Amino acid sequence: MIEIITEPFKYDFMVRSLVTAIASGIMLSILGPFAINRNMGFMADAMAHATLPIIAVGVFLGFSISELGVPASILIALFLGYIIKNSNVGEDTAIGIIFSSFFALGFILISVLNVTINLEDLLFGQILAVSQFDVFIVIAMCVAVVSLVIIFFKQLLFYSFDPIGAEVKGLNTNFLNYLFLIILSVAIVASLQTVGIILVLSMLLIPAAASKQITDTFVPSIYVSIVFGVFSSVSGLFLSYFFNLPSGPTMSLVATSIFVICFFISKLKEVRV
Amino acid sequence: MKTTEDKLLDDTAIIVSDGCCVQLGTTPALDDVTFRINKGKKVAVVGPNGGGKSTLFNAIAGLVPIVDGSLQINGMNPKDAKGTISYVPQRDLINRNFPLSVKQVVEMGLINKSSLNLFSRKKINSKIKEALENVGLAEKINENINNLSGGQFQRVLIARGLAQDADILLLDEAFSAVDVGAQEDIMSLISDINLDGKTILVATHDINNLEEKFDEVLCLNRHCCAYGDPSEVLTKDVIEEMYGSHFEMFKTHTPESHMKNND
Repeated sequence: MIEIITEPFKYDFMVRSLVTAIASGIMLSILGPFAINRNMGFMADAMAHATLPIIAVGVFLGFSISELGVPASILIALFLGYIIKNSNVGEDTAIGIIFSSFFALGFILISVLNVTINLEDLLFGQILAVSQFDVFIVIAMCVAVVSLVIIFFKQLLFYSFDPIGAEVKGLNTNFLNYLFLIILSVAIVASLQTVGIILVLSMLLIPAAASKQITDTFVPSIYVSIVFGVFSSVSGLFLSYFFNLPSGPTMSLVATSIFVICFFISKLKEVRV
Repeated sequence: MKTTEDKLLDDTAIIVSDGCCVQLGTTPALDDVTFRINKGKKVAVVGPNGGGKSTLFNAIAGLVPIVDGSLQINGMNPKDAKGTISYVPQRDLINRNFPLSVKQVVEMGLINKSSLNLFSRKKINSKIKEALENVGLAEKINENINNLSGGQFQRVLIARGLAQDADILLLDEAFSAVDVGAQEDIMSLISDINLDGKTILVATHDINNLEEKFDEVLCLNRHCCAYGDPSEVLTKDVIEEMYGSHFEMFKTHTPESHMKNND
């Protein structure tokens, strides 16, 4: 049994993939409970899709996706935050416009600049292709995201729950708003190679949604979300290795299976009560 | 809590509005509003929808800029007075999706810019416990807020203000969507807190028996229609000025008509 588990790690690329999967699982699922309770799924999806033109231009100029990660995510977060705050068309509409137009621009740039990018890898992830450098970048981003969430946890929670009360109390709500957008964007961009632009949303939202089904209060829901997120990404990686499946979609489906189980557990609890 | 006899009469002004004007976009939301609220008063803020009650609270809390005139909180600009005010906004402005415990919500009254850690300290725990005891919800400390009734949730938010030890408590629509019993509980709680010298402003649509519940009433319809003792200022003219064509609905609520009914 142990041999079966350790067998894939004879290969360096599997060790790198495992570390990346764990880091992505932690980053996305620590932010997931905030994202689902603030109804930020669409915003997160827009952040992922808005990376496409930046990646296209960056790769054209000779940068790798990992090198582009931090500046791209900060740029996207600041831009989205500014447009949503200052537009008069409503948050959903503003996000929808940015989402679709950036994605379209990305495809046009890839075609016009003749950039060599494997679109399928970008959309659905290709964790097996991560380099040593990619691993270091993802670990650094994971440490930054987790540290910032821990340091500002109470303030972020206050702001997310009662933004007016938080501002009256003297918290810098503008800073907290952009801080959360930036760390969310960093986690999403850092996970693009793991699960891709389209499936990154599943790893952000599904572990958190599953956790919410079986926990009563917020802090335990974060711990359980992290366990589910890491389990989904690691077991998805194993399954994709042994059954020769694409890794991103496998991780996503494992997370969905966990959600379905938790959903039925919560329904059973309701029936018993 | 102090008794009524212990309550110190303090005539020092804590909120002074002098010709205060606030604009929302291009629309004037408050126009030349002048009043002076002394420390330790229990004030009802009444007026029609869109009359500027929430805007006034936002101005006092430093959330919207004053375009003309002045508004002073404890002698300071509202923006500088942040932290001395606790604001309980309208229910729909609070994100109750978050499955927070009662303790976490009350603890928010103790959070400030330098609150940079995840773990509660003993001193914080005792303050939270004391605030919850004052609102009669000590046994609910670990309860999920989504399991509370509307009235209990309002009391938790008031406990947050007590933990903060704010000088001024602003309650926007504190009585909306709670039953009559819960309204009475909240009113009784407000009176108890007021005995401890806190200044309390409550925005409400209910103008019944204001003279029994509040020291003063501020009547708003974008401008200040009247301010003072409810039994003196809530005249037919003032009510008509506030509610215009809907005056007929409220005419039985004037002090004169109350006295007539009691006779």
